[in-house]
Amino acid sequence: MRFVNVQKSYDGETLVVKDFNLDVASGEFITLLGPSGSGKTTCLMMMAGFETPTHGQILLNGEPINTVPPHKRGIGMVFQNYALFPHMSVSENLAFPLEVRKLSRTEVAQKVKRALAMVRLEDFGNRRPAQLSGGQQQRVALARALVFDPEIVLMDEPLGALDKNLREEMQYEIKHIHEELGVTMIYVTHDQSEALTMSDRIAVFEDGIVQQLAEPDVLYEKPCNAFVASFIGENNRLVGEVTSLSDGGCIVRMETGEEIDALPVNVASTGVRSTLSLRPERVFIEPDKGSLPNIYEAEVREVIYLGDHLRTRVCVCGNSEFIIKTPNALGHPVLRRGNTINVGWSREDCRALDA
Amino acid sequence: MNSTNLTTADGVPLKTSLRRAQRRHRLKAVLLVTPLFAFLLVAFVLPIMDMLTRSVDNPEVITYMPQTAEALIAWNGDGLPGEAVFAAAAHDLAKGSRERTIGHVASRLNYEKGGMRSLVMKTARKAKKWESGPYRELILAADKRWREPDVWLLIKRQSAPYTLSYFLSALDLRHGSDGSIESKPAHMKIYVDLFMRTLWMSALITALCLLLGYPVAFLLATLPMRQANLLMILVLLPFWTSMLVRTTTWIAILQSQGVLNDLFVWTGLIDDANRIQMIYNKTGTIIAMTHILLPFMILPLYSVMKTIPPSYMRAARSMGATAFTAFRRVYFPQTLTGIGAGSILVFILSIGYYITPALVGGQSGRFITNFIAYHMQQSLNWGLAAAIGSLLLGVVIALYMLYNRLIGIDNMKLG
Ligand SMILES: Nc1ncnc2c1ncn2[C@@H]1O[C@H](COP(=O)(O)OP(=O)(O)OP(=O)(O)O)[C@@H](O)[C@H]1O
Ligand SMILES: [Mg+2]
Repeated sequence: MRFVNVQKSYDGETLVVKDFNLDVASGEFITLLGPSGSGKTTCLMMMAGFETPTHGQILLNGEPINTVPPHKRGIGMVFQNYALFPHMSVSENLAFPLEVRKLSRTEVAQKVKRALAMVRLEDFGNRRPAQLSGGQQQRVALARALVFDPEIVLMDEPLGALDKNLREEMQYEIKHIHEELGVTMIYVTHDQSEALTMSDRIAVFEDGIVQQLAEPDVLYEKPCNAFVASFIGENNRLVGEVTSLSDGGCIVRMETGEEIDALPVNVASTGVRSTLSLRPERVFIEPDKGSLPNIYEAEVREVIYLGDHLRTRVCVCGNSEFIIKTPNALGHPVLRRGNTINVGWSREDCRALDA
Repeated sequence: MNSTNLTTADGVPLKTSLRRAQRRHRLKAVLLVTPLFAFLLVAFVLPIMDMLTRSVDNPEVITYMPQTAEALIAWNGDGLPGEAVFAAAAHDLAKGSRERTIGHVASRLNYEKGGMRSLVMKTARKAKKWESGPYRELILAADKRWREPDVWLLIKRQSAPYTLSYFLSALDLRHGSDGSIESKPAHMKIYVDLFMRTLWMSALITALCLLLGYPVAFLLATLPMRQANLLMILVLLPFWTSMLVRTTTWIAILQSQGVLNDLFVWTGLIDDANRIQMIYNKTGTIIAMTHILLPFMILPLYSVMKTIPPSYMRAARSMGATAFTAFRRVYFPQTLTGIGAGSILVFILSIGYYITPALVGGQSGRFITNFIAYHMQQSLNWGLAAAIGSLLLGVVIALYMLYNRLIGIDNMKLG
């Protein structure tokens, strides 16, 4: 499935989706991740055919499908509220897509049975959806979207209504089913940890534009702009002005005067403002002198003990919300509020992004 | 632990303690509903009880001709009764005439058999002057109709304090001369046909309301808020206009010199000589009543449809169903409770409707209710009115029970 320059406006005044380009490989698990109102559902609805793009094309196997009605697209869909038909039993729900495809009765029964087995709900075929728990309903919805062997399955925040434990369990389950069946899955969520654990690739959405489309590790370690850096994982921001720029490095001067050696990622020229992004676990406390290009003095503002790691909030380079994560390892330095310490980081971990 | 002997901290059995705690709440609740309960009792339960009683109550003969009633008990119904009965009758008639109560008896008997009023009144007037018997000869001489054993049988039958004869009349039945129940001759039958007409016309009105109301309710439930509110106002508008105004407007539109006929003639659809009669007949009643009862169909439908999220239809379509299949198999079944609620409401309202059929129904478009009104106001035969009313109530209750069996009354959502 391919999206080419897709735009969408509901009211003719604002573009909800501005310029959506996406190329989904067959069998891939792609997640659309973005804050609320960023147009994720809208994109999904355009894929499924419930909304028409205002501009641009959606291609399926190379064929444009803009004018194909939803029921001819062969795309399975799991809705946020599951949309299980309340007046049908679980089996009838699963049989529905097969019956409208005019499959024979034995075939229907066989496929329904297999689908129930896949989501481990063999004994629940005769129940009504209302008699199932949230997790069970979710599994039925998943089975129903898969039972007619669609090439593509769309899921719109399918785990949004579940509690944390069940969510994690279901994440693995969906992932396993994906691996087993090899179907293409397009998944919508605004939960970044969900996106990171499940996806082959993640499209980070903001303001109707895909900010970055990449594998989870790339997204986390090499965010390409300030929005992605702050949206995925925890992130320290330092804002300053680029004073020198070369291929492998740049110098960014803070308002407080420090000149930080950073990796230029998204800076055009000297003189522009830039946000430095720095992961809390990549900052070292009391590094050996000269071992790192960036070593500055910091004042400890707060220490939070979290069992497996410690979070230390310090004030460095004029930023008093600067977080350092240190593993709770043997012999880690004991810090107290008010201490003055040295903190340092490498050039590669300090990415100079757009302002 | 055994649950039967749980106690609270101070040793009082848990159940006792709970009951004590709940008593106050219950008392408060009872006090809150008392006014409503009293109102319902006075405005609803008592009138219905009164109607049910009146439909079988038969006090006239036994109250105003007590001696005759007593004497007739011994008579076996063969031929004419004996002198004792005639004597008692002469005495009762004379007394009734003096006290001006005999008219009640005369009217009551006249309901059952034409001509009884004049017979009783005439004989009673004469009876005042009779001093001594034999009364048999005097009465038989007063009018030869007294020679018919049927007349005496009728009086005997009507001297029971309770009677089924109003119900029999309401069902176009009567007591034959041998006392068995037989149907009235064809030219005297009215009510069964009227019941049937009321039922099928109400069914037709309900069906029309459903046909017209379903799409409107669907629009109401699916349109964006702004347009839906506007449409809702249009649906409710009829509630805010007087029913009389609405009904007379239909007269202006539908009558043979009315707007619609003028339009037909003007467009050449029909010629001036063949204007269509659309009012003062069944058509008029059906059109006007459908219009008036439409909101009662739309509102329950709407309240059910509003709760059906659009994602159901989308889910169905994403699974390969055409729009029509998705509607038929997913949307429609979920609106069945609304259809049931709306239909039963419209049907029940319709069979009890009175004003509209009276105004636009003419002869052929009248409902059974119009005859209840006639017997209440013109013929003053309240017993018959009550019997017809009770039958109508029975139909409503039967429908209600049928609905409960099929759909379940707790699924009913109104407005
Ligand atoms: N049917 C519609 N008509 C008009 N505007 C709409 C419609 N659906 C969505 N929008 C607008 O489009 C924007 C994007 O909505 P969308 O539902 O795609 O967001 P989302 O990314 O799915 O958010 P969430 O995470 O909250 O589900 C929102 O500003 C919303 O107000
Ligand atoms: Mg959404």
